[in-house]
Amino acid sequence: MEKQHEHIVRSYEEELSLLNNKVAKMGGLAEQVLGQSIEALERRDPELAAATINEDEAIDLLEKEIEEQAVVMIARRQPMAYDLRQIMAAIRISSDLERIGDLGKNIAKRAVAVVGEQQPKQLMLGLKHMGELALGQLKEVLDAFIERDADRALKVWYRDEEIDAMYNSLFRELLTYMMEDPRNIGLCTHLLFGAKNIERIGDHATNIAETVYYLVHGAAITDQRPKGDTTSTTPVALKRSAG
Amino acid sequence: MSLAIHTDIKEQAPAPVDAPALEAKVSVRRLSFYYGAYRALADNNVELYKNKVTAFIGPSGCGKSTLLRIINRIYDLYPNQRAEGEVLLDGENILRPKQDLNLLRAKVGMVFQKPTPFPMTIYDNIAFGVRLYEQLSKADLDARVEEALRRAALWDEAKDKLNASGLSLSGGQQQRLCIARTIAIKPEVILLDEPCSALDPISTAKIEELIDVLKRDYTIAIVTHNMQQAARTSDFTAFMYLGELIEVDETTRIFTNPKQQRTQDYITGRFG
Repeated sequence: MEKQHEHIVRSYEEELSLLNNKVAKMGGLAEQVLGQSIEALERRDPELAAATINEDEAIDLLEKEIEEQAVVMIARRQPMAYDLRQIMAAIRISSDLERIGDLGKNIAKRAVAVVGEQQPKQLMLGLKHMGELALGQLKEVLDAFIERDADRALKVWYRDEEIDAMYNSLFRELLTYMMEDPRNIGLCTHLLFGAKNIERIGDHATNIAETVYYLVHGAAITDQRPKGDTTSTTPVALKRSAG
Repeated sequence: MSLAIHTDIKEQAPAPVDAPALEAKVSVRRLSFYYGAYRALADNNVELYKNKVTAFIGPSGCGKSTLLRIINRIYDLYPNQRAEGEVLLDGENILRPKQDLNLLRAKVGMVFQKPTPFPMTIYDNIAFGVRLYEQLSKADLDARVEEALRRAALWDEAKDKLNASGLSLSGGQQQRLCIARTIAIKPEVILLDEPCSALDPISTAKIEELIDVLKRDYTIAIVTHNMQQAARTSDFTAFMYLGELIEVDETTRIFTNPKQQRTQDYITGRFG
């Protein structure tokens, strides 16, 4: 897409950049919450977890601000074409980021819940790796948003498969641990929810990728993305006989 | 992993199942227009589809009113104005010299920016044109006047003062009177040249509602400076710039994702 010219009405230009800046700021906060929550879980650090839980509030606040500003801009400016898409994108991305913040907060809460539990290193490593992957996806898609780079967004969109694949293997591993020793069930359930949250965060990153693509091209991605999360159909009984 | 993505929106948007095919009522072909030596329009091609509203937008002086004025050959009233190319109405070129202009203007009605009621009664404003084309009995003429006023959504406001001067009406009512006058002679195409630019929002809304209703029976072209109005009222939008048609497409497309950068700059209010 060609570089956009400036608006004749300067205040319109300023409002749009304010809106975009808020989305970028919100994205930065969501990254931070996700990064810290994974770290808190890995290090079993309740203080970092508590701080992370508090940070989510700022994200919620920004979402409200973005929504209010977007509504006012629609009412006052009657945005068209690319401007309209920018405002739609701000609304959609901020709502995905808000969900990412919530999911990150939830991971941090679980970090508090599992403090003191004996944690199998292998599993924690897997979870950490998955978290890093999701964080990388989030960073990449936010950069794609800021740069208005649809190709970059598209790559994020395809790469979500990796997170899904990882989630599937973690799911199986956690099942095995739980079957080995029922005392693991408490911890493993928390970790399983943590993994599920990360998987969901990956999905929100792909939503944002779709929005960036739409923002740039004015059309939705038409390709079919393979759905990678198969855990909802994974039979437990089979695992038992296999293990 | 393939990054090949189809972005053609036309492929994506499925047409409504039983959408009737578009039928071109007016076809503008390679149309150029000259005010003396000055070329105001250069090689324009556009269709006005039957029962559809086509909006013409663009900055002042881009030629959109000029284009409209060609479709009923109003320009013929002025010396040194000349059109080249073709304008087909139901397949017949109306620019040909032997075109019967009275017949053409009965088929192609026009409403102007400023309401232009005749200095006569409301009734006669409408009956005047009808009498030119048809010999009707008093009863039939009454019925025709009422029908036109009803269709222009003016009947309830005017029925008790049909003998009052057309000039006694408010601006919005006067404009609807002009529309009633236009439709009373049963045209096929209606040209609206900024019909709401002198009207308040309520009167504007009434005219826009009227456009929605009228398009069931007529082919409508509207020139407007109000982009939101073009977006609200039209099915197709043509963006003109310096006498050229830059982009013509479905209105939904033009206002969400125009193909041309110049269209985008104009409708979003950017420096182009």
